[in-house]
Amino acid sequence: MDSDSPYVLEMENITKAFPGVRALSNVQLRVRKGTVHGLMGENGAGKSTLMKCLIGIYVPDSGTITFKGEKLHITSTHYALSKGISMIHQELSPVPQMTVAENIYLGREPLTWYGLVDMPKMNRMAAELLDRLKIKIKPTARMVELSIAQSQLVEIAKAVSYDADLIVMDEPTSAITEAEVGVLFSIIRSLKAHGHAIIYITHKMDEVFKITDEVTVFRDGQYMGTEATSKLTEAILIEKMVGRTLTDMFHKETVPVGEVMLEVENLSGHRFRNVGFQVKRGEILGVAGLMGAGRTELIEGVFGVVRAHAGKVRINGKEVVIKSPKDAIAAGMALLTEDRKLTGLYINATVRENMFIANIHSYLVGPFVRFRKIEKDCERMRGVMRIKTPSLLEIIKNLSGGNQQKVLISRWLLTDPDLLILDEPTRGIDVGAKSEVYRLMIEFVRTGRSIIMISSELPEILGMSDRIMVMHEGDKVGELSRSEATQEKILQMATGMKIDSELAA
Amino acid sequence: METPAAMTATAPAKWQRAAGLFRTIFSKYGIFLVFIAMLIVASILSPAFLSKTNLINVVRQMSVVGLIALGVTGVIVSAGIDLSSGSVVGLAAVVAASLSQQIDYPAAFYKGLQLPIILPVLAACAVGGAVGLLNGTLVAKTRIPPFIATLGTLTAIRGLALLYTGGRPIGDLTDDYNFIGQGDLFGIPVPILILVLMAVVTHVLYSQTKFGKYVYAIGGNEQAARVSGINVGKYKMLMYVYAGFLAGLAGLVVSARIGSGQPGQGAGYELDAIAAAVIGGASLSAGGIGTVPGTIVGALIIQVLNNILDLTNVSAYWQQIVKGAIIVGAVIIDQLKHHGSK
Repeated sequence: MDSDSPYVLEMENITKAFPGVRALSNVQLRVRKGTVHGLMGENGAGKSTLMKCLIGIYVPDSGTITFKGEKLHITSTHYALSKGISMIHQELSPVPQMTVAENIYLGREPLTWYGLVDMPKMNRMAAELLDRLKIKIKPTARMVELSIAQSQLVEIAKAVSYDADLIVMDEPTSAITEAEVGVLFSIIRSLKAHGHAIIYITHKMDEVFKITDEVTVFRDGQYMGTEATSKLTEAILIEKMVGRTLTDMFHKETVPVGEVMLEVENLSGHRFRNVGFQVKRGEILGVAGLMGAGRTELIEGVFGVVRAHAGKVRINGKEVVIKSPKDAIAAGMALLTEDRKLTGLYINATVRENMFIANIHSYLVGPFVRFRKIEKDCERMRGVMRIKTPSLLEIIKNLSGGNQQKVLISRWLLTDPDLLILDEPTRGIDVGAKSEVYRLMIEFVRTGRSIIMISSELPEILGMSDRIMVMHEGDKVGELSRSEATQEKILQMATGMKIDSELAA
Repeated sequence: METPAAMTATAPAKWQRAAGLFRTIFSKYGIFLVFIAMLIVASILSPAFLSKTNLINVVRQMSVVGLIALGVTGVIVSAGIDLSSGSVVGLAAVVAASLSQQIDYPAAFYKGLQLPIILPVLAACAVGGAVGLLNGTLVAKTRIPPFIATLGTLTAIRGLALLYTGGRPIGDLTDDYNFIGQGDLFGIPVPILILVLMAVVTHVLYSQTKFGKYVYAIGGNEQAARVSGINVGKYKMLMYVYAGFLAGLAGLVVSARIGSGQPGQGAGYELDAIAAAVIGGASLSAGGIGTVPGTIVGALIIQVLNNILDLTNVSAYWQQIVKGAIIVGAVIIDQLKHHGSK
């Protein structure tokens, strides 16, 4: 499609180095007018760095950027926007206390003739924009009142509102549900029809094949090639990205199931009601549901992050009272939280600190910390988990998302838990790292321990779970065994048993 | 957050709505309700409280700290802090006073100097603005944390004020100058008029202009502001300049009020101003939160409390203890509010 339309953007021989890392070496990217150009690669492959060079957050060390036939030296976001390049950032970046309209028009507020910001006009413009994009959010709502999915839609609307010739979308669907992906795709198609070009960064294969016209692949800061999407298959793409063939992402093994390890009975709390379930030894229990179904809240209730209002929790048949995460850890549980940055990582601490912090008590001799033993254990985890870091003393901020996630998993494995709870364990990490996480999960249950995995990605739920519990608006709506579960069944249950043809399709 | 009662199916939906409405009102207007309650309690405790003289007194007493707090609020909203304002008061006071001593005063700083009143006024504002520019430059360009940058200027600017006067007060000021602190217009003390005028101007500036929107955006999420094409450094700098300007103006008012410019004037005012902003809802931990009306009410709450304790003959030492307690109390309420809305 449009395979011969002219290039709107040509980035040539771009190199960008950071202290100790060569993030991009001599890469190129050519995007045609009126097309959607997929940008693929594992985390750390250099996609985001290249895009930051494009919109002026970074300045490349060498190379040229030609946009609409004009050679540009882009040194600020402001300049990039003025030239017609806008971006939806991967890390959502709303100003939480401001309204939807204020966020959308931040930096280019309409003014009245006497110089003040024209709020009524701004709200009107935002209302028209959201209406045109079929996004049902009030312009006067504050960002803090919105769900993550809604914030992401606002970011999308904002990027569109610049009326830019080129829109960069960095994982725009990482936090939205299927229905909203549909909204996004119809927005993209209409943008395309109006001659806008889109650079689409994603880890989701189905999206690449559904929406892109061409795909460029990066690996380890190198350009691996550009191809028309119609000539690609999933296997070819993965091979280009990871440099090896991944036959089966999940490597699922069914481990012999032992006795019941965790039993939850009639647990109620904030946003979940009367939920009961069991997890047996050697089992992976998948928890599926839409955004806001109460999955995270349920798990936080079990783990004592938030106290449940009613209900019982039994571990190995014995009733336990869990008042805080400390009790949960003592009972042999570990929780990998949904949002790495917010609730998991000590972002300015080293890899080593991030790894041993939950297990520090086992390294104490009196008040002193035995660093040599820590060193040894962390070094072992680094090997087992295949964490890519120059050293254990590297600040974790500098690691890629996938490696950060592996550090977090290491943290909990060091506590030697019987039950590992994983909340969106592969969100925002690349194919290679995902496959490693899955491998580790299997190894974990093989030793007779259990996993609860919350995930919004159905292939992951279907690929990894022995049993699947589906939630809808705070209620458990049912359970499916591995053999009876299908994508359609889960979606029907997750949407409240309504047969919604659009969603099931 | 839902209460346990709201979770059970039997609880009437009406209650939930009423509770939700109450929470919204309280979290939005809580500080104003507290203030009104205080006024009621004060008028019961002491009949003298509601007299016109006393009320005018209260507002006049808070006008200097109020002026500073207007600027400090903006700085806190931008996720910064300004500790230097007390010293700016001192420097602006002595500079302005030295330019408006009586012409026949033998020990005058500049002998025989007679300037139209507008010049010392502008000088006070300019001195404040200049220190603000220094603060802003340090914060925006060198990326020193604002706490450290303004702690430095707090100390250095006080030294500069002492150096300028040789440590002596500057008295015998012109009548025009003293009018700014002691005079009445339409039966209202001039300091109050200045405060009201600046509060209105600042409120419009923060809530209705581009500058204000950007300050909130920078404080709320600096990265978001940057990727929206906002020149973050420039607006941070302007914010400190404006805060410095207001502190300079406060220096003018306080020296005119007591008829003398003293290098030690305003010491500790920076903390009172921060306290007023925080009681009024500005968040030291989050950025992007804080309003002019909130801050004015915050400053009034401190002053009314002092006034009640004065009127009921409670020891002045207690005033400090109580003030400390309400600062901490205000922040605790703020924390609960934010957790509540999570």
